[in-house]
Amino acid sequence: MNAATLYGLCSAALVGLGLFGAIVHPQPLRKILAFNLLGGGVFLQFGVIARRGAAAGMGGDPVPQAMVITGIVVAFSATALAVTLLLRLYQVSGSATLSIETQSSSESDGGGR
Amino acid sequence: MLAIAVPAAGVVLAMALGGRQAERIALAAASAGLCIALAIAANIWQSRTPIAYHLGGWAPPLGIALRADGLSAIMAVTTAVVICAIGLFARQGFSVPEGAQEARAPMVFWTLLMGVWAGLNAVWFGADLFTLYVALELLTFGAVPLVSLDGRAETLAAALRYLLFALLGSAMYLLGVALFYGAYGTLDIALLSGLVRAEPVVWVAVALMTAGLIAKTALFPLHLWLPPAHAGAPAAASALLSALVVKGSFVLIVRIWFDTIPSLLNQAAAQMLAALGAAAIVFGSVLALRQERLKLLIAYSTIAQIGYLFFLFPLASAPLRVASGTTELWTGVAWTGGVLQLVSHAVAKAAMFMAAGLIAEALGHDRIAGLGGIARVLPMTVFAFGLGGMSLMGLPPSGGFVAKAMLLMAAVAEGQWWWSVVILAGGLLAAGYVFRVLTPALAATDAPLTLRTPVSSGRQGVVLALAICALLLGLVPLRPSLLLEVGRHIPTTVIAR
Amino acid sequence: MTAAMVLDVGLALLVVAVAVWIVAAGSAFAAVVGFVSFGLLLALAWARLAAVDVALTEAAIGSGVTGALLMTAASRLRPTESRSAGERPGAFLHVVAAVLAVLVSAGLAALVLIPASPAPSLAPAAAVHLPELDVLNPVTAVLMAYRAVDTLLEKIVLLLALIGVWSLAPDRFWGGAPGLWPRSRPDGELTLLARLLPPIGIVVGIYILWVGAIAPGGAFQGGAILAAMWLLIMIAGLRPVPEIHRQWLRLVLVVGPAVFLTVGFAGFFLPNGFLSYPAQFTKPLIIVIEVVLTLSIAAILGLLVAGPPERERQR
Repeated sequence: MNAATLYGLCSAALVGLGLFGAIVHPQPLRKILAFNLLGGGVFLQFGVIARRGAAAGMGGDPVPQAMVITGIVVAFSATALAVTLLLRLYQVSGSATLSIETQSSSESDGGGR
Repeated sequence: MLAIAVPAAGVVLAMALGGRQAERIALAAASAGLCIALAIAANIWQSRTPIAYHLGGWAPPLGIALRADGLSAIMAVTTAVVICAIGLFARQGFSVPEGAQEARAPMVFWTLLMGVWAGLNAVWFGADLFTLYVALELLTFGAVPLVSLDGRAETLAAALRYLLFALLGSAMYLLGVALFYGAYGTLDIALLSGLVRAEPVVWVAVALMTAGLIAKTALFPLHLWLPPAHAGAPAAASALLSALVVKGSFVLIVRIWFDTIPSLLNQAAAQMLAALGAAAIVFGSVLALRQERLKLLIAYSTIAQIGYLFFLFPLASAPLRVASGTTELWTGVAWTGGVLQLVSHAVAKAAMFMAAGLIAEALGHDRIAGLGGIARVLPMTVFAFGLGGMSLMGLPPSGGFVAKAMLLMAAVAEGQWWWSVVILAGGLLAAGYVFRVLTPALAATDAPLTLRTPVSSGRQGVVLALAICALLLGLVPLRPSLLLEVGRHIPTTVIAR
Repeated sequence: MTAAMVLDVGLALLVVAVAVWIVAAGSAFAAVVGFVSFGLLLALAWARLAAVDVALTEAAIGSGVTGALLMTAASRLRPTESRSAGERPGAFLHVVAAVLAVLVSAGLAALVLIPASPAPSLAPAAAVHLPELDVLNPVTAVLMAYRAVDTLLEKIVLLLALIGVWSLAPDRFWGGAPGLWPRSRPDGELTLLARLLPPIGIVVGIYILWVGAIAPGGAFQGGAILAAMWLLIMIAGLRPVPEIHRQWLRLVLVVGPAVFLTVGFAGFFLPNGFLSYPAQFTKPLIIVIEVVLTLSIAAILGLLVAGPPERERQR
């Protein structure tokens, strides 16, 4: 077994853990954390593929590596947006769960502005 | 390329100049974008060949190609038309108040409108699976903040739920992208279609990507995020989300199934997707019938209408199973019908959401029970809503009628009659929920309605014009469209720019 | 088994163990602490996979900036934890999720064990064109030339995310300054750190940007480090958080994508069209774009962590 295969298995485990956490955790913050695990696993998959594609004097295929760099930045922005939404939700409603239903209050301004 | 770059440049400029300029930049970009989309469509119509464009002169697999075929051309034109209408409609609601330099809602709305547009065009024209991932993220990041624009707790929760679903979908999709690259060393759709073999890695990749994209398209049973998100957003944004954004991820599923792995299309999997679509039609329609509020009703109807799109998979892929000359015609019919459903729903739904927005603005609420006599005060708006509703029901002469008739004909001709039953039942259910709104709206009332705010006839006109577009789509002849066939079986020509 | 192999096995096991901790931890704060170390371990794994560029990005953004963001969130949300503990989902959901997760993991693991052979790679193709670009780091070449459009679109994603974060401010605060954390005392340890670290950090950030053309490094990694330094300065209260209506701030935010787009449009006058570079100016152009991108990335990342405006705009 070489390093790439080893980290490939590690990546598979991370994807599974992230998926599980994202589904079962009721708190949005924990879901966000789980998504980051899932993302880490997915990116590692790219890394394994890059490592296996080592050629032409490079330690790995640069194309998937570049994609991961793009992906990490996107994942960070997603985390930032999700966390801000969550904090704002907490500020406005005093709770941080997703169980607030649309039908509840304020039917009056449900329409457009 | 310009089609993506212009709105992208719009985002950058609007961010830099801010304030009142954002609206002007958006409207200028909208008109420029419409011209570009029409030019691309005209070019493809004349040449009958798809166009490919290698960015920076780097050819795939190292570089990235953009590719315009019949489907992308028609989607780009639809997008441009709907976005122009939304832009004109939103001018009143999202203008900077007197005396202020810049205000939150207008600034956010106009920049995100262009961001979503850039993302949509990138989805229509992208030919590289990773570029398409970035395009999907553009859509997500543009769409989510629009949902919570009014900052109420419900819409914040709806936006958060939407974001979480979307992130799950993107992660699944990206995992599939990784597997494709690991197996074949390229992400260019055209190159991949020549390389793919029937092997486990392809099945896993396609399954992951399809599952992820289904979550983003809100196909039953992963639809839970859609109604609160689409109903909670301001009307102009709901129109954008319901008409266009969900279509982005759907078109990606089409790209994967029909363009990336055309030789491996699996009838059993296609039947399963259609079964989910059928469930969505029934479930969405029934829930739409039970809604108390107009915007939620329209949002549930989106779930049902998305269901129809998934009939494309078994109906347009049939010749792979029955390789005879006659079914070729019928898959073409199904293909055109499916794409027409995509377009006509986009136009009709945008018109209906904006009509609902005007009604809600005028009355100060959007409870269906309280709509009595609204048709007398806002005749154009209610008429537009009715025209959009015709398209949803599939009554002639509307775009929805032609689309559903073609899917129905294809289903019968290909011996998959069970789908035709669902199509017919869906039409009846749609009639039910549309008339649930129209009946009180058209009813005569003794007490004259007092409007909270007057509604300008200009905005009513925009909505009506869009609804008439949905009607005019009904004039499309009932046969496979030549434009849509472009790029399905013909090799692509590469142009320098 | 060689020493390197032992290291890899240990690292992989550790990464998975920390991941389990993050999912299973009792409190969100503990999970976030776990996440920061997870990011650092992952960065090590990237280095072991010969992807130093990614390792730098993961350490700076995946662990550092994301960690800071989640840390604040976890501490602000602490009061809600006990309340939401009651709404644990049922056993049924647990089982479904577990089955799904195991299926996906097993599928992936199986695919990892049967790799395509020979493994496809674009490394040779990427290497062929490096001399004409005059850029020695292949990852930079991919980001800035071969797949430049992804990088460009991703900048727009960052801008949209920032607008999205700002959109969550109450109307009256629009144009004002983001809240960030409560300030520390002016003579606290944080202030000392904020005085000592940034000069070094800024030099490191600029260096990483600069070597990006020839060695691992580049706009993202440099930008993330600059962002971290800027945040540190703002948290310590040495410099105020800028108000988001400021013209200079907006210009810094967009200068990267704007220059990138302009160069892209200029490509229309060249034989290869949009996003191509004129042969004799390729390297200077790429460096100029990278410098302005670094500025914009640093500003955007910093402001994404700083959050929406929480104070009224000063007249």
